[in-house]
Amino acid sequence: MYPYHVPLVWTAFIALFAGLSYRLVSMARLAAREKTVLPTLDAKYGARSILHWVIPFNSRNMRMRPLFTVVSFAFHICLLATPLLLMGHAVLWKTAWGLRWWSLPPVVADATTLVVIAGGVFFLLRRIAAPEVRKVTAVSDFLLVLLVISPFLTGFVARMQWFRSSIPYSTMITIHIVAGALWLAAIPFTRLSHMLWFVFSRAYMGSEFGAIRRARDW
Amino acid sequence: MADAVDMAIVDKGIDDSIGKLTPERIESVIRRVLDKESGARLQVYVETCVRCGLCAEACHTYLSRDKDPDYSPVAKVKATLWEMTRRNGRVDGPFLRNAARIAFTECGTCRRCSMYCPFGIDIAYLLSTVRRICALLGIVPQYMQDTTNAHSVASNQMWIQQDDWIDALMWQEEEACAELPGALIPLDKEGADVMYSVIAPEAKILAQLIGNMAILMKAAKVDWTMPSADGWDNSNMAMFSGDYEIMGRVERAHWERAVQLRVKRVVMGECGHAFRGAVYDGPKWLGWRGPPIPMVHAVEFYYELLSTGRLKIARKITEPVTLQDPCNIVRGRGLHDKLRYVVRALCEDFRDMDPRDEHNFCCAAGGGVINCGPPWKLSRLKSIRVKAEQLAATKAHTVITPCHNCHSGIEDIIGHYKLGMHTKFVNELLVKCIEMPGS
Amino acid sequence: MVNPSNWDWSPGRKLVADVNDAGPDFVVRELAVSPDGERLAAAVQNGDTHHIRVNGQLEPQEYEKAWHLRYSPDGRLTALVRRNDQWSVLVDGQVWEEQFDYAWNTKFSPSGSIGVQFKRDMRYSVAIDGTPWEQSFLSCRDFAMSDDGQSAAATVQVEALPEADIFKFLQGTWSIAVDGKAWDRKFLNAYTPRFSANREHVAAQVRLDLFEYTAAVDGTPWESRFGCIWEPTFRPDRADLLVPIRVDGGWTLAENGKPIWNRKYVQLWNQRLSPDGRRVAAVVATSYGRWTVAVDDVPWKLTFGNLVAAPVFSADGHHVAATIRTDAQWSVAVDGAVWPAVFDMAWEPVLSPDGSAVAARVETGGRHALAVNGVVWRPRFDRLWDPVFSSDGKKLLVRGIDDGRYHRQVLPVQEVIG
Repeated sequence: MYPYHVPLVWTAFIALFAGLSYRLVSMARLAAREKTVLPTLDAKYGARSILHWVIPFNSRNMRMRPLFTVVSFAFHICLLATPLLLMGHAVLWKTAWGLRWWSLPPVVADATTLVVIAGGVFFLLRRIAAPEVRKVTAVSDFLLVLLVISPFLTGFVARMQWFRSSIPYSTMITIHIVAGALWLAAIPFTRLSHMLWFVFSRAYMGSEFGAIRRARDW
Repeated sequence: MADAVDMAIVDKGIDDSIGKLTPERIESVIRRVLDKESGARLQVYVETCVRCGLCAEACHTYLSRDKDPDYSPVAKVKATLWEMTRRNGRVDGPFLRNAARIAFTECGTCRRCSMYCPFGIDIAYLLSTVRRICALLGIVPQYMQDTTNAHSVASNQMWIQQDDWIDALMWQEEEACAELPGALIPLDKEGADVMYSVIAPEAKILAQLIGNMAILMKAAKVDWTMPSADGWDNSNMAMFSGDYEIMGRVERAHWERAVQLRVKRVVMGECGHAFRGAVYDGPKWLGWRGPPIPMVHAVEFYYELLSTGRLKIARKITEPVTLQDPCNIVRGRGLHDKLRYVVRALCEDFRDMDPRDEHNFCCAAGGGVINCGPPWKLSRLKSIRVKAEQLAATKAHTVITPCHNCHSGIEDIIGHYKLGMHTKFVNELLVKCIEMPGS
Repeated sequence: MVNPSNWDWSPGRKLVADVNDAGPDFVVRELAVSPDGERLAAAVQNGDTHHIRVNGQLEPQEYEKAWHLRYSPDGRLTALVRRNDQWSVLVDGQVWEEQFDYAWNTKFSPSGSIGVQFKRDMRYSVAIDGTPWEQSFLSCRDFAMSDDGQSAAATVQVEALPEADIFKFLQGTWSIAVDGKAWDRKFLNAYTPRFSANREHVAAQVRLDLFEYTAAVDGTPWESRFGCIWEPTFRPDRADLLVPIRVDGGWTLAENGKPIWNRKYVQLWNQRLSPDGRRVAAVVATSYGRWTVAVDDVPWKLTFGNLVAAPVFSADGHHVAATIRTDAQWSVAVDGAVWPAVFDMAWEPVLSPDGSAVAARVETGGRHALAVNGVVWRPRFDRLWDPVFSSDGKKLLVRGIDDGRYHRQVLPVQEVIG
């Protein structure tokens, strides 16, 4: 990382956290106005629903689609784990803030990166191949997947030092950081916010199903 | 592509009304619903959907129509609410015509898809929001609107006059007493343990169900009553047509009648959507977090009477039976196990369907779809081939349907797909099987 | 008019009648007790014939049906009876001369008039004190009488509606008829007619379009329109009309078309006025699922989860009480405080004239009892009727059945609350 990368990373994190806070606060206000929403949320049944849906093959739909379930869980786990546990990033955490935590061995990190990229490709192909998905897919859906896998792709290219003859390593790192920054900043303002809302939509449905309708929602 | 025959169906309630709308009115109504009547839920749902299509396999319409992607739940939302949101309400007549067809006739708000969406997006709620918009614009299928009008006038869904209601109860009391002496129908009995509430078809075309209940109550020695005045029908087509004001009025009348009679609880007859209206949608709109007085569905009540021995079984049904799980008491109340307890107590040869319980397929009549009437009947039956296949696979003779919509819907399926079965309410089997007092 | 001061208020308990003394052939279908407690009436059935018994005496007439046994406020016994397939109203042993294909929904005016809805030759109308309106209608679903019983108003269907004709419905097929004459204007729906105290005005809820509601007075709708409204109430001392209105998804109270309360509630209904007409109490939900009573737009601080029934004012207008249900238990709330005792059931509270004592019949463990100011009086009953306070508020009339015997008892209020 070079000094001129620092403001970029800062901007990305500020955009991410400020964006998420803004979205949360404004959504909470909106929810309060609706009067029935917040009182309906039930901690026990909300948690029950979330728990049931973060365990692979725990819902009927997951069991009906084993390939999708495996890819989706692998993709999402690797997507979150890789940037947080990558040794290259850990060094940065340490130098910037003195934070230390456990990192993935490089070989494993390579694998998780490839899982994310492969998962992204799977999602892209599925958008084209599956009629029920193609029907509701817009250009933005493709772009979003590309945006998500781009930091992984560029990071992996940099790590492997591919195309060094045409693109210098520092440039590749810059591209990687820009991609990562764009990805982070996009989370609160695009459909990537499903990462945030998952908890709430799931909890609400879990509350309705569990507390009011006394049924299971998985 | 959506079915061309269905797209060409003419429904006066939709087609004749659309012409009268101005672009300004369309826009202002849609904006009102999106901005004022909706809020965080709608916004989260619209934003969170990642268009993964995982809801498709949940939908009986999609499955029955050869997995035509136009019929997946998400495609229905895309063709209606997403576009309304994206275009800020600036949609035209042909768009609304399409949206009304989808929201009223191709989705029964059975909520099965909510259980297949990883985010738990309440797709049925989104399509109900489309119905609400259509209702405010005055474009509702004719027969469904007529039923809503009946609710508004008569507080019941079949325009039943007050004297005809009382007369039906007195007649059924005589019928019941002929079967079991003393099987009275106490009217307006204050402080009774149970108020039995039914939906209008029980008074108008299936009155024997009320008589049967009188027999069961007598046999189980239940202290019960029925109201002689309005408020006896809590079924609610207004809930499905998007007229929440009339929905609220009907449910208020029902609950105030129960409060006035100071009954300990209300037993709802074998109807799923009335149960939903009375325990969930109605109270919620009125400000109650649940029914102000406890309500149990008939299935839960039968379970209670059988499991505590207040009703005893003297003989069992021997012919093979299967069971339709009504959405609104299974996904809507988790009664599937109790329902099976009751069915097994009554029937020797019970053949379950698969998928079942919360994962049942709707009968395609619920959610007001059957109330859209004759113009839409064939379309509805095309949308429910999966249920016909499920039924046929059981090789049962009788389909037990503890819900009026399921009862009529499955009858239609049996006729259309020539399955050679017949439907029965639990109540009809119970009076055949129980030990009569004194015998 | 009812005048309890003429009743026997000497303390003591007396046996009035045995509920089952007619013998095993008779099934007791309904019971009613006169306001003064001196008579116990029963609708009884013997095979296919129905009879009325009062204080153990079987009345000579036989009916094919006899039900809806009610005492009028001035102590006359009414029932709906059928003979020769024709329905009529039985009043103190005399059946109205007028016969109907059907008659139902007996109502009483405070002055003692008796009204019913009826059907004759497939037409619907209203009869008061045995005299039917000259006019009849395609349908009729509700009616109200003026306080003096001289006038009646009913919701009536004035236009035929062909089957499933949703467009004609929009043009209006319903209206309000006052003494048989329908208002000129037709509505999609008209509900809950109400008379002003001097019977000069009649108000009702009307629905002008599918989603447009307002109140109409004497056939003229208010100019303001609302998303929804509930039943109107005239102030007793004048012709001002109070109506709960729904505006932007919240409820408030309007008078003569304009909001008079500032707060917005999740729900607001069952408004009641103090006898002098100055104070208004209503059932409100202050938030989703929290119910209470608001008096003049000030909600009680205590809220209840399941329900709050219509509030009741004391005669002096200073006190308000209501039945409540919260956490699946019933109780009574008075002026914002709830009785500590909870019950399996509680009926509408009865207030002494100055409001210092509040009584209600309650049920606990399957037995009925009388509670005053939260204190449960020891005796238990199979069944009780509402207690009545003497005019000075010092004595209570208790009407109850225990072990199959109906007793009338007068007791000092002090005996209960100690």
